[in-house]
Amino acid sequence: MITRFFWHGLDRYVRVMVAVVLIIGLAMPLLNLLMPQSSPLYVSAYTLQLFGKYLCYASLALAVDLVWGFCGILSLGHAAFFALGGYCMGMYLLRQIGTRGVYGNPLLPDFMVFLGYKELPWFWHGFDSFWFAAPMIVIVPSVLALALGWFAFRSRVTGVYLSIITQAMTFALLLAFFRNDMGLGGNNGMTDFKDILGFSVQAPGTRAVLCFASALALAIFLAISGAIVGSRFGKALTAVRDAESRMRFLGYRVEGYKLFVFVLSAAMAGIAGALYVPQVGIINPGEFSPGNSIEAVLWVAVGGRGTLIGPVIGAFIVNFAKTYLTGALPEVWLFALGALFIGVTLFMPKGVMGLWAQYKARRARPKRTAAA
Amino acid sequence: MKAPVKSTSALLYLSGVTVSFDGFRALNNLSLLIEPGEMRAIIGPNGAGKTTMMDVVTGKTRPDAGEVVFDGQSDLTKLDEASIATLGIGRKFQKPTVFESHTVRDNLLLALAGLRSWYKLLSAAPTKAENDRLDEILTIIRMGPQQYMPAARLSHGQKQWLEIGMLLAQNPKLLLVDEPVAGMTDVETETTAQVLREVNKSHSVVVVEHDMSFVRALGVKVTVLHEGSMLAEGSLDQVSADPRVVEVYLGR
Repeated sequence: MITRFFWHGLDRYVRVMVAVVLIIGLAMPLLNLLMPQSSPLYVSAYTLQLFGKYLCYASLALAVDLVWGFCGILSLGHAAFFALGGYCMGMYLLRQIGTRGVYGNPLLPDFMVFLGYKELPWFWHGFDSFWFAAPMIVIVPSVLALALGWFAFRSRVTGVYLSIITQAMTFALLLAFFRNDMGLGGNNGMTDFKDILGFSVQAPGTRAVLCFASALALAIFLAISGAIVGSRFGKALTAVRDAESRMRFLGYRVEGYKLFVFVLSAAMAGIAGALYVPQVGIINPGEFSPGNSIEAVLWVAVGGRGTLIGPVIGAFIVNFAKTYLTGALPEVWLFALGALFIGVTLFMPKGVMGLWAQYKARRARPKRTAAA
Repeated sequence: MKAPVKSTSALLYLSGVTVSFDGFRALNNLSLLIEPGEMRAIIGPNGAGKTTMMDVVTGKTRPDAGEVVFDGQSDLTKLDEASIATLGIGRKFQKPTVFESHTVRDNLLLALAGLRSWYKLLSAAPTKAENDRLDEILTIIRMGPQQYMPAARLSHGQKQWLEIGMLLAQNPKLLLVDEPVAGMTDVETETTAQVLREVNKSHSVVVVEHDMSFVRALGVKVTVLHEGSMLAEGSLDQVSADPRVVEVYLGR
């Protein structure tokens, strides 16, 4: 049944995209590890880290697109799920430091010693084990999404009101995580990670594996999303997007559909966040800032909302531009971002993925007027 | 006119239904009986409460007072839209609302009675019985050739027929049809009347309509609503001979 679910659902383009992500995701780390530095094919550690980061962003974009593009839920708080997954990973990584911290305390991470904690807060227990932290990476964002979605969808909060609620959620979390007495590192967050599963996070081999893991996660998310969208569930889902009350009169309990994709999407964002943290080496409350969630929506808009390939392309294009511009012309970046938002809305309503259709339509139009 | 409540043989039973919006009485002590297998036309000037009555029956609007009983056992004032739809009441809206990005066939598939729960739909493929039923409905609504066309590209009349097909696919005991021929050509109107008569062979139907030639073509019992209450009931000839009806339609 599972294989049929995947094979029937995936259209050709999504299958190609899964293969492309896997091949490049495998090639980049291998070129980094195996090529000599003098070779033109050599991928530097810096490039590899950037690529790994972009892969995580692409997964986040895909998660946003699944709820926004296919179910019409415009979440302006998806970075919160990403950050929560990241924090779970951060807690695990921090507890791996052990006595190698500045204060050398075998149990308490540095910031707790610094803040005068006498014992480990209750919610830190278990995070020394990867097999506890790993499910938490999925469970924590999912439970939040389930609680939020349960109340919002049952009360029929839709459209801009739902967007505002999700934005408020991530802002509330931002403020909460800034507080030192949350016991999660306050505004400094968590950093100075040493090991993951016994391997040094700085080692080239670990970085290569993390990068590939990010590609693998993205490929799996693409396959899952593709199968869902292609199933009868997916047809119902886009029908909910286009005419929600019509679906209710057909006897569908719309809440169940929305809640399922919202929770699934939050879990995907959480995993992406968890893979992101060891690659960038830090997680702090800034990840909850509302701007991050809005940027994620922009990636989807640039790539093409309601397509599965679009968000991946959009995340890469926008983040590549961001990396380049914040390096070369730092003061220009925010203006470029704003211009991009306006430009995409005005000229590319279907994003990069819609350009081909737009181009074809434009070529067809003069012909028709000539005939008339 | 008073009927005993639950022991009624009526398929749909409304008694003393009142709905107010900000002091305006959209429905005022309305009572109505629809028998099983019946087709009923409901007419009335704008603001007579026709659409509000549909809203009450489908659970979109809660009445302030009165009883709404379906099939002699279900109190519709306590149920939500999805439960009422599952009980067997299907509604066609005034403005056609089909799923524009889906094909005609997929629209019907979504409406098809049966699977509704999200976890079952994740792995379900259409069965042979379902496909046969879809073909059957496509024949009734005369849209076989357009079945793989996205609904967004259909003409207004075709969308209305697709909606009627979607209602049929739900296989409800009662179909509520709101202004099916608004904006249709005469030929389309005639076809719609034929489609509805065919639908009525296996289903009870309530049609709300302005178009008198269409109501005449249906040839069924007519209820006239005015200011939220029933004004007259009977054949079209009877009610159009009623001086009160004439006054409501022509007197203002």
